[in-house]
Amino acid sequence: MRGAGMSGPARPVPLGNEPPEGIVSEQRRAARMSLANTETQRRTWWRENQQRLTPYIFLIPGVLFFLVYVIIPIFESFWLSGFDWDGLGEKQWIGFANYQELFDDDAFYTSLKNNVLWLVLYMFAVPAGLGIAIFLNQKVRLIRAYKSLFFFPFVISQVVVGLIFAWFYAPNFGLFYLLLEWATGSGIAVLADPDLVTYGIIAAGLWPQIAYCMILYLTGLNAVDPEQIEAARLDAAKGFKMLWYVILPQLRPATFMAVVVTVIGALRSFDLVSIMTDGGPFGSSRVLSFYMYEQALSEYGYRMGYGAAIAVILFLIMMVFISGFIWKMVDDERRGL
Amino acid sequence: MRSMLYVSISAIAVVAAAASQAGTVKYYGDFDPAPLAAMQEVIADFEAANPGITVEFQNFDHEGYKTSIRNFLTAEPPDLANWYAGNRMAPFVNSGQFMDVSDVWEENGLKEALASALPSMTIDGKQWGVPYTYYQWGIYYNKEAYDQVGAKVPETWDEFIANCALFQEAGIDCVTTGTKALWPGAGIFDYMNLRTNGYDFHMALANGEVPWTDDRVKATFAEWAKLVEPGYITANHAALDWQDAAALLVQGKAANYVMGNFAVAVFKDGGMTDDTLGFMAFPTINPDVPRAEDAPTDTVHIPSGATNVEDAKKFLAYLASPEAQTKINAAMGQLPINKDASVNQDDPFIAAGFELLSTTPGGIAQFFDRDAPAEMAKIGMEGFQQFMVQPDQLDNILERLEKARGRIYK
Repeated sequence: MRGAGMSGPARPVPLGNEPPEGIVSEQRRAARMSLANTETQRRTWWRENQQRLTPYIFLIPGVLFFLVYVIIPIFESFWLSGFDWDGLGEKQWIGFANYQELFDDDAFYTSLKNNVLWLVLYMFAVPAGLGIAIFLNQKVRLIRAYKSLFFFPFVISQVVVGLIFAWFYAPNFGLFYLLLEWATGSGIAVLADPDLVTYGIIAAGLWPQIAYCMILYLTGLNAVDPEQIEAARLDAAKGFKMLWYVILPQLRPATFMAVVVTVIGALRSFDLVSIMTDGGPFGSSRVLSFYMYEQALSEYGYRMGYGAAIAVILFLIMMVFISGFIWKMVDDERRGL
Repeated sequence: MRSMLYVSISAIAVVAAAASQAGTVKYYGDFDPAPLAAMQEVIADFEAANPGITVEFQNFDHEGYKTSIRNFLTAEPPDLANWYAGNRMAPFVNSGQFMDVSDVWEENGLKEALASALPSMTIDGKQWGVPYTYYQWGIYYNKEAYDQVGAKVPETWDEFIANCALFQEAGIDCVTTGTKALWPGAGIFDYMNLRTNGYDFHMALANGEVPWTDDRVKATFAEWAKLVEPGYITANHAALDWQDAAALLVQGKAANYVMGNFAVAVFKDGGMTDDTLGFMAFPTINPDVPRAEDAPTDTVHIPSGATNVEDAKKFLAYLASPEAQTKINAAMGQLPINKDASVNQDDPFIAAGFELLSTTPGGIAQFFDRDAPAEMAKIGMEGFQQFMVQPDQLDNILERLEKARGRIYK
């Protein structure tokens, strides 16, 4: 980067219409040199370190916002979880009492169980997305239109997805209910049944999530090397073996992304629960994020400390996955993958 | 020179602030369109009667209002704000967010005129706001369904249950409800408990003075079980909104609905008329307890941070007057609290409600989620919903509520 235009320390500083160097007395020359030196030094400190500093300067706004909106609130949550506070009155320090109560709270275990269910069943979106992506990865007329139809559920808002499925399951007029009634003689109101309700909501959540994984895999499939496939063909690989040994290894980055977004999506599941059941019937479809909202911010809540305690637990669970992902990314980078 | 400029600018600012303050009352509320229009008329009348005072009204939607009130009361309080009576206002009173307005009650004789709402507006012997409307709860029924099975409108609980058997035979839900939002179930509980144990016990329970595992509470649920166990209540109510259940009543698939008077508009939108829609007081269960009713009251308060308290109090006094209450309640289709206000006698439901509440000997409860503290209300209403789905879980439910009681009322 150091071009000719930049002044190094050796280059004399032009000083207007001064006479040529030889005529200048020694004294003046010395004085001028020292002046030039300080000036160049000041300018070069910045110039010399510019490249090193620039990234940090550009990082400052991002880091600042990340600190204010993410890192500091995390520690505030830890801090707040030690208080009994309704958000208006005086905070009262109660130490670990919130956690004690939490571990003795049936609603917490229901939420935790549902979160595990979400995590496990949501993973179905990854293979399903892969299947649809492979199915759609062909060259026929209007394939773009088909692709966008499959992608459609991811584009619409989660709130709309929740409403559509709530009507789908609705007793007396919902399509699913009527279908069951027609097939078996008696309909099941999924969202009113404490044992089925979480599965019903997860199914609704899978609809857009599969579309998301599908799009990740579709872009991944574009990058698959056709020569390798050809080579595999020559070696008589086909069907599942082709998929498993030739295609999938090349889709590793897509798989990684799909797993990450699905895990995070499962842990943040909130909108669908809120829209479809409001945590009901009698709290059987709650997940941790919804329970936290209910306790801290909903109409009947305002237990900030208790909500913060739930947030801390949810954070710790997420931390397990997040550290795993980060460790894997760092590891991949080190191995140059 | 510079400092003089500074001073004069701040002087102008002070004068401007004072000018906008003197005679301006900032009022935040949450009204539906029809009541909003009525409130604006009331405001206009008030301004005409008090030249020099202008009311700046700002409307919010209900749900948004419930969340934002906590913010604006502390950050930028208006001079007047809508809220609710009973325990629902307790958090704001206890944290010093609402102003004591006992003097408004005293000076305007409101303890007489608004007597029916006095207990629900009083905390620590002081009044914290002015009520302007309430509405009755009771049983709305489909007259055609009654005719179809040949049932008579019941007076007592036994007759009511006997009717249910007739409805079940005809494939009609005896009682419908939609508990997706939980609160409709609390209406049924309130009446079960008010009719079985009476007003004083009900309030003691809501205030956490009686354990939920008490035998009297169990007696209430035993009466309720007479509806639940034979399947007289609409199945799948946990997945229904209250409007969905209203549709069942309109279609004649259900006979009775324990609801508040605001539901009448929904029934009539669905095609019911005064000839097909009936209203009755909840039947007597225990003849020894005086009849008590649920009538949730809406109120206006002065936040402690209000800047124009004097004029805000004038407005509260005006809002309590018979003229203002007559006007706004005519538009809302609800009941005025001022005993000298008049109601629209042409509306049979309003007339019935006025009659019902003004003759209540036992006392007027607010509603479970306003009488009990918010947390208890939430856990309680979940318990009621669960009881109506899984009546065999009653002991677990009551134990859970009792555990919550031990924690919430400290």
